[in-house]
Amino acid sequence: MGTLVEEIFSRQLGRAVEAGEIVLLDVDYIMSHDNTTPLAIKAFREIGKPMRDPAKAVIHFDHAYPAPNQLAAENQQKIVRFIQEQNMPHFYHRGVCHQVMIEEGFVRPGGVVIGADSHTVTYGALGCFSTGLGSSEIGAAWVTGKAWFKVPETILVRLEGAARPGVFSKDVMLHIAGRMGMDGATYRSLEFAGSYIDALAVHERIVFANMSVEIGAKCGLIAPDERTFEYLRRETKARPPYEQFEAVQPRYERVFEVNVSALEPQVACHPDVDQVKPLSEVAGLPIDQVYIGTCTNARFEDLALAASILKGRQVSRFTRTLVTPASQTIYEKALAAGLIQVFLDAGCTVNAPGCGACIGRHGGILAPGERAFTTMNRNFIGRMGSPEAEIYLGSPAAAAATAIEGRIADPRKYMG
Amino acid sequence: MARAWKFGDNLNTDEIMPARFNITIDEKELASKVFCEIRPDYAPNARPGDVVVGGWNFGCGSSREHAPVAIRGSQAGCVVAASFARIFFRNAINIGLPILESPEASAGIEDGDEVEVDLASGAIYNRTRGTSFQARPLPPFVLKIASAGGLVKFLREHEIEELTA
Repeated sequence: MGTLVEEIFSRQLGRAVEAGEIVLLDVDYIMSHDNTTPLAIKAFREIGKPMRDPAKAVIHFDHAYPAPNQLAAENQQKIVRFIQEQNMPHFYHRGVCHQVMIEEGFVRPGGVVIGADSHTVTYGALGCFSTGLGSSEIGAAWVTGKAWFKVPETILVRLEGAARPGVFSKDVMLHIAGRMGMDGATYRSLEFAGSYIDALAVHERIVFANMSVEIGAKCGLIAPDERTFEYLRRETKARPPYEQFEAVQPRYERVFEVNVSALEPQVACHPDVDQVKPLSEVAGLPIDQVYIGTCTNARFEDLALAASILKGRQVSRFTRTLVTPASQTIYEKALAAGLIQVFLDAGCTVNAPGCGACIGRHGGILAPGERAFTTMNRNFIGRMGSPEAEIYLGSPAAAAATAIEGRIADPRKYMG
Repeated sequence: MARAWKFGDNLNTDEIMPARFNITIDEKELASKVFCEIRPDYAPNARPGDVVVGGWNFGCGSSREHAPVAIRGSQAGCVVAASFARIFFRNAINIGLPILESPEASAGIEDGDEVEVDLASGAIYNRTRGTSFQARPLPPFVLKIASAGGLVKFLREHEIEELTA
């Protein structure tokens, strides 16, 4: 009974829970990466108790990998020693943690995953309760195997209609962020539903869950359906049976409705995710760097979409265009499908999978006065390097069109 | 008497602690860079006990614990804000950085005001303007972590089940 988050928590605890209650949950997996693991190790050591189950921990190197400087290298060296010392079986350097978590089978409908990264909410697209916590709680969860939560109230985001050509889930999510604002869903669970979601491919659904934290949400959930199960079977190592459930007589705090059919391509403008405008209002703005990457929009289908626009064309001479597949698996698929060749022929730079440029670590730092157009989820001041640089967010199609023109451009011009 | 350092709404963790500087876990080093891009005068001038005052949605964005750790490292006495982003709130409680939620105090304190805070009662006094405010009380189970001095200290002495007991 209840909303999706109440359903998941109730199933996990074996008793009905309601919004407002405080619950202590057993977690399936505890995720952390090279940036957040060092403080988790510090907390773990200070607690001074043994690790409950090393197989619950999953550690990724993706934020600054391969290490761009000696300090990062030393951090990673310490983490590797810790993994060896604690006999932790799950250690990856195969790309952006959230994509690898899904691919490697750590995410399942009805599951509970915590991670020391705000975009841990991503797994909600597959019906898994997942949320970001700080490093101390990760260190604590290594000891206890548990985490506490206040069962959140839920906002239903009902998306009806069909998107026009050139409009993708990223455009729809940016529109939602623009209307709800950066604290529009603080502490809330977001449930994405409606005819648009029902018909939407899972790689596009992931964008909604991924960006739910940008408007403050604790989680962003989509009820698992046949598309979910098919995706899990085809794209991940998570094996059936999969839990099937839906919201049952849910009580929503409010319902937020969007007519998707009415939308045109959207852009989040410098310097906040909720500064959203129709792309047409900012078209023509000169761009120094285009970045197609991150946990939001660097899946195989995103790369295929960008490549379909870039094929046989050249990126603008003074617009650095970086393509970073979200994972090694995606990189391999893109290679096999000829997408990497398309990017290289068009004059793009293809980077190793990881988060580097999105957090201003390496592989695409901006100079003062530069302006980037990216497929990222956040455009905060200083995010990609200089605090005097500007970041604009949009879909992979808009990013590819922008790369060709060197100015923010409407992707529909280049779509068949 | 403590000085108030006033910040705006939606202050994000990149503004508190830019990602390119949080490659260390050294608290003093983090503190030397805290707010460096938006308030470069803060780190060199903040005195122990000073109060960071934010608006709505303080600490939104990344889960990086480096952000509250850097504020704690600057020896700020506490953070007062109209509201806190979810992960920042948990992180601050977990590391023992005192935080007080009060939209009234946030609106009634300007940069440079002399303020005094009673953490035990949640009372906030603006000595410059002669006003006072009462922060929202923390939920009881959160108070258990906060009064232990953070999650790590709590778990050294207790089992996690005691939180919800």
